[in-house]
Amino acid sequence: MASLGNLSITLALTFAAYALFALFYGAAAGRREVTKSGEHAVYVVFFFVTLAVASLSVLLLRSDFSIEYVANYSNRDLNLFYKFAALWGGQEGSLLFWSWILTFYGAIAAWVNRRYPGKLVPYTLGVVSLTSAFFLVINKFAANPFDRLVMDHGPGLALAPFVPADGNGLNPLLQHPAMVIHPPLLYLGYVGFVVPFSFCLAALMTRDLGSGWIKMARRWTLTAWLFLGVGILLGGKWAYVELGWGGYWAWDPVENASLMPWLTGTAFLHSVIVQERRNMLKVWNVVLILTTYMLAIFGTFLTRSGLVSSVHAFAQSAIGNYFAVFLILMGGFAIYLVVTRRGYLKSEKQLDSWASREASFLLNNLILLAACFAVLWGTIFPMISELVQGEKITVGAPYFNRINIPIGLFLLFLTGVGPLLAWRKTSFASMKRIFLWPAAGALVVAVACVVGGIRSFYAALSFSLAALVTITIVSEFYRAGRARMRSTGENFLRALYTVTAINKRRYGGYIVHFGFVLLVIGFTGQAFTTEGWGEVNVGDRFTVGRYDFECLAVDETEDPNWVGLKATLAVNRNGRPLGTMYPEKRFYTASEQATSEVRIRTSLKEDLYVVFAGMSEGNSKAVIQVWINPLVTWVWIGGMVMALGTIVTILPNVKERRLERRKRELDRLLEATEPV
Amino acid sequence: MARRKIRFAAGIIIVLAAVAFFAISGFQEGKAYYRTLEELEALGPAVTGQRLRVAGIVADSSVVREGAVVTFQLEQETRRLAVQYVGSQPIPDTFKDGVEAVVEGKRRPDGTFEADRIQAKCASKYEARYGGAKHASE
Repeated sequence: MASLGNLSITLALTFAAYALFALFYGAAAGRREVTKSGEHAVYVVFFFVTLAVASLSVLLLRSDFSIEYVANYSNRDLNLFYKFAALWGGQEGSLLFWSWILTFYGAIAAWVNRRYPGKLVPYTLGVVSLTSAFFLVINKFAANPFDRLVMDHGPGLALAPFVPADGNGLNPLLQHPAMVIHPPLLYLGYVGFVVPFSFCLAALMTRDLGSGWIKMARRWTLTAWLFLGVGILLGGKWAYVELGWGGYWAWDPVENASLMPWLTGTAFLHSVIVQERRNMLKVWNVVLILTTYMLAIFGTFLTRSGLVSSVHAFAQSAIGNYFAVFLILMGGFAIYLVVTRRGYLKSEKQLDSWASREASFLLNNLILLAACFAVLWGTIFPMISELVQGEKITVGAPYFNRINIPIGLFLLFLTGVGPLLAWRKTSFASMKRIFLWPAAGALVVAVACVVGGIRSFYAALSFSLAALVTITIVSEFYRAGRARMRSTGENFLRALYTVTAINKRRYGGYIVHFGFVLLVIGFTGQAFTTEGWGEVNVGDRFTVGRYDFECLAVDETEDPNWVGLKATLAVNRNGRPLGTMYPEKRFYTASEQATSEVRIRTSLKEDLYVVFAGMSEGNSKAVIQVWINPLVTWVWIGGMVMALGTIVTILPNVKERRLERRKRELDRLLEATEPV
Repeated sequence: MARRKIRFAAGIIIVLAAVAFFAISGFQEGKAYYRTLEELEALGPAVTGQRLRVAGIVADSSVVREGAVVTFQLEQETRRLAVQYVGSQPIPDTFKDGVEAVVEGKRRPDGTFEADRIQAKCASKYEARYGGAKHASE
């Protein structure tokens, strides 16, 4: 099985190299049959990588500990589901998994665009193949998951195969359903940007820099952006329910690495609209998508090279060098192309006024890039300061929060204002008409916050901006629905549906914006977190905020994989019983690691978050830590609404679908009437 | 025409200046100097009040928990540092005797360390268990 896996990687690499050559050469020489053959090779590469992934899965499911990877990341008693998930639980497996997704995207891109004429598609697939070849080289030579475990019996003796009785086990922190799907989603996101990136490079190479490549890349970008966003959200959810420190985002280097391409991707999704509508910001778009993919690779480099210290501890390895070389070569090539093609990237039009939709898009881009840069700076600062000053200085959460909270609120403001502004210039009279009610609503909420005793300036600002944006979005839907209802006689809900269905981009976008509002409301809840702890024996009580706890029992627990301690707590809110909670501390025997089993009581208003922190001095008392986290649920709800809105924008419009159907019918008719 | 350009440039500069302002003030608040135990000893009271980050190995059976406060010793070669952790976040699950830990906080005038953040790295169990095990390609 391991030999099959190894062979598959070798063959995949060979075919990727062939595809690379055939696609570029065929397109440059104008030989259609050669590019066709290159396209077919793209499918073959995907087939062989699939075979390699299947081989590794079989080895994992069979618990074949003669393979180092299996011995490292699995053990006998591991649940079957997690045995499979160990596929992306470690360095080598996750890189193979990455290649698999990459070649999968390549195959889909080849299939979807197989009838598209011209050089753009072959060049695009050529760039995809180049990236595939790079990852397959890593799979083959630097991080091969099929390596066998051998024992060094001392100098002069041969290395002997070695099969341990049991494996080290999957990190217990990773044994959680959210963690099982978080990495694949993140990879689908990261890797997904390879297709728009390749379209962009291909457009630069062929000098075909109209909005053609942007139209072809749009759905790809949205899909990648969706996966990346959901992946980040699930990562936060996992951290929240599994790590037990009461939060979901810690500005850890690896979290930052996933956020950065998301930020530039968001900027790209907005600025392409300007190019399509007004033929402006061409350079921006090219730079943004190139940066997005480079950041995705850079993030991988950062986490795999061991250059930054992070909770996402991948072993320090030479793999970083591969990524560094790839980044420098690809980045250099991209910069070269942008510089030499800059003449094709000029736009004839200029901004007319700050009170225009273009200007709001420009600000959106500027601020998202600023956020990305700030995050990048904070993430790599320890390295830079060490290089420049010889002193390692790290920056923590206060830095990231200080800068990103105002940026987030400014973005929220733009979310409300931007879509309502007219292209080119909005007159003062129409501004007054559009913004009277939203501004009034924002003011009412602001006053209510002050009267209601909210002392945090940012929290009050956040709630009032949330009101502003919500009112603008609701009124947009309402106006469109009502207009449709009047002209067609449909009932209001039906009219709302049709309006959305025939203009999914616009109204799907509004749904995403509304999700963002909810997300920010969830973030704002952090301003009101309460925390406390109790040191208890059976029968003892303690109070945190409006909650009080009584310890009913502390028991020992057991399972084939772990042993643990569990507290039973009776919980009251304002004196009324809420039920019992069972926070637990476990010790996993295979990996010799402790985990906290957090217990969370969720409501729309607040989460009650209870952690068994450990036993106090002399093992006499259980230490229980408690957080009251207001509004956290809205983070997850907001994220889901954003995902839903994105799916709506990805789906084709009703009109497009109808046109497509008519076109196909016409094709069939033409075929039928063809002279024999 | 020229006035319009100036207006746009001014707007962009204002936005970037605001971002820079927040970045610099946040940086002053959030920065921490990374020091080894040796440096910490050599610098002595000079670093009192500075925000510091120190790494070391958690000394065997030095961890004592009293309520939410945890005290322990960090080791680096022959040097030791007494640390009292007073942060609000629970100690990470990976924290235990013998692992590498990074603490962030301040040096107290008496030379001990008050930490409000703590990170612990997973020890690489694998190497410890199989000793001389190495890997080779097929």
